[in-house]
Amino acid sequence: MQPHLNITEPSRAAATASSLKMEVRHLSVTYKTSRAVKAIDLPVYENRVLAIIGPSGCGKSTLLRALNRMNDLIPGARVEGEVLLDGENIYAPGQDVVDIRRRVGMVFQRPNPFPMSVYDNVAFGPRLLGLRKKSVLDEIVEQSLRSAALWEQVKDHLGQSGMALSGGQQQRLCIARTIAMEPEVILMDEPTSALDPMATLTIEDLIQRLKENYTIVIVTHNMQQAARISDFTAFLNMDSDRAGYLVEFGPTVDVFTNPKEKLTEDYITGRFG
Amino acid sequence: MNASHRPWRQRLAYHFQHGDVLWWVLLFLSAFAIVGLVLWIAWQLWVQSAPSRHAFGWNFIWPWVKPVWNPALDKFQAWPAIYGSLITAAIALVLAVPLALGIAIFLSELAPDWLRAPLNSMVEMLAAIPSVVYGLWGIYVFLPLVVVPLGKALEPLGHVPGIGIFFKGPTPASGFTRLGAALVLVIMILPTIAAVSRDVLQAIPRSQREAAMSLGATRWETIWKVLLPYGQSGILGAIILGFGRAIGETMAVTMVIGNSAGGGYSILKPGYTMASIIANEFAEAVSDMHTSALMEIGLVLFALTLLLNALARWLVVNRTIKRA
Repeated sequence: MQPHLNITEPSRAAATASSLKMEVRHLSVTYKTSRAVKAIDLPVYENRVLAIIGPSGCGKSTLLRALNRMNDLIPGARVEGEVLLDGENIYAPGQDVVDIRRRVGMVFQRPNPFPMSVYDNVAFGPRLLGLRKKSVLDEIVEQSLRSAALWEQVKDHLGQSGMALSGGQQQRLCIARTIAMEPEVILMDEPTSALDPMATLTIEDLIQRLKENYTIVIVTHNMQQAARISDFTAFLNMDSDRAGYLVEFGPTVDVFTNPKEKLTEDYITGRFG
Repeated sequence: MNASHRPWRQRLAYHFQHGDVLWWVLLFLSAFAIVGLVLWIAWQLWVQSAPSRHAFGWNFIWPWVKPVWNPALDKFQAWPAIYGSLITAAIALVLAVPLALGIAIFLSELAPDWLRAPLNSMVEMLAAIPSVVYGLWGIYVFLPLVVVPLGKALEPLGHVPGIGIFFKGPTPASGFTRLGAALVLVIMILPTIAAVSRDVLQAIPRSQREAAMSLGATRWETIWKVLLPYGQSGILGAIILGFGRAIGETMAVTMVIGNSAGGGYSILKPGYTMASIIANEFAEAVSDMHTSALMEIGLVLFALTLLLNALARWLVVNRTIKRA
C-alpha cells in the first residue's frame, strides 16, 4: 500500500536554493564494541528542515548527536571524518565543545525540563552566558516562549515548575529553552515520539515556523512526519555489520515519490523497518 | 466454583493455601511490632526517668544552670552532655559535608571507570569498620598525630573575643577532647553521607545531564546548576542521616572524648556526649537517682533523634512536593 503523502510542488522549490550550513564528511562513529555509523556524507542546508529516517538501530540518533558532539559524553565513543559548521570542522583540535553546543542546540526524545520554574528553565542558557539583567532575561524568556508557541499558556504562571506542564507543553518548553540560546542549528531527536497526536501536530507546526530562523535536523520514526515537515530527507539503513550507512539523500519530495534506490522504496512503502 | 459455596474446612484451606489472610496477619504484626517497640522504649524511658525528672525538673537540661554531676550527692545536670553531643555532631557535619559531597560528585560524575570501582568499595569499606576500631585507632594514632597538634594550633583563638570560649586551652597532652571526638566522627559519617549522596546523584536521569550539556553548560555548571539542585532533597536526607549517626555514635566517642562531666564550652577540653555518658556510667550507677538521671539523658537523646528524623522527613517531603 502506498502511504498517503502530502507533498506539494512548492516544497521542491523550498528544497533547493539555499546555502550549506553544515556538512557531514565521511563520518564514522564507533562505540566501545561496535560501529554505529560508517562513512556518511550529508549536507545540511540553511533554513531548511532535514529529516533523518531509517529502521530502528540504524544509527540515526548517533548521526544526529555527532552534529553537536553530544557523543563526547558517551565513554568509548570515537569519531572519524569531519562535521563542518559554516565550513569549520567541529572535531578539529582546539574547537570549543561548549561553544559548538551553544550554536547547535538540541531537543530530545523525551521532554527533559529541569525541576525548576518555567522562567528559570528558559533563562538557564542565557544565564550560563552571564546574562543577569532582569529586563533582558524577561525579554528573552518571553520571546523564546512565544517562538515555541507556549507563551499564551504559561505567561501567568512563569513561576510554576516546568515539570508540572503536560508532555506536549514540556517539549515546547524544551524547545523554548533551546531557542533562548539563539542557536543557528536545532537538532531534534524524535521530538514527538513521546507525545499524543494533538501535541505532535502543534510541534510539527512549530517546526515549520522555526525554519524561517533556524536550520533544523530532525530524526523521526514516522515517515508521514518526515514527508509533512521536511525539505530534505536522508534515509539510513543498517548494514550486515550492524553499522548504519546512508542509502539515499535528496529533496523530500524526490525521496518519497521517486526514490533512486530500491531499498528506499521498500522502506517508505512499508516493506521493512 | 465460588469459595463461599464450599464447606468451611475447604474454605479455610483455600485461604491458607493462597495465603491472603495469613499474609495479612503476618504483615500487620510486623508493622505493628515497629510501632509497639518504639512506644515501649519511650514509655520505659519515661517511667524510669521519673525520679530524676521530679527531682531536677527542667533544670536538668537547662544550659544556664551551674552544671553538676555528682553521684555521691545525687545531684545531676545534663547540659554538658547535651552540649557535647550537639557541638561534636555540628563540627563533624560542617567538616564532613563538603568533603563527602566532593567525594560523591567525583565518584558519580568525574571518576574514570578504572578508578570508580575501587573507590566505591573503599567508601563502603570505611562505612563498615566497627566503631570500636575507629576508637582504638583514634586513641593511639589520630589523637597524638592530628588532634593534639591541631588543638595547640587552635589555642590562640581562645583570646579572640566572642569565639574565645570555644577554644580555651590548654589542650590535654593525651588529646582526649571534644575536638578529637568531633574529628573521629567526621571520618565515621563521611562514608555515609558520601555513599548516599553518590547514589542520589547517580539516580538523576541522564537526560538532565544531556539537557544541560546541550545548552552549552560545562561539566561544573552541569553539576552545580542542575545535578545538585535536582538531588537536593536526597542529599539533605543524606546529611541528616549523617547527623543522626554522629549524635548517636557511642563507642568511638566514649573512647576519645575524655569522659569528663565538666562544664565549659571549649572544644579543646574533654567532655561527654549523651551517648558516651550513658555508656560510661550505667555499669557503675549505684544509686537509683544516678540510673534515673542516665535514663532521662536517654529520653532526651531519644526525643532529639526522633525530632531530627521528623525534621528530615518534613524537609524532604516539603521540597519534593514543591517541586512536583
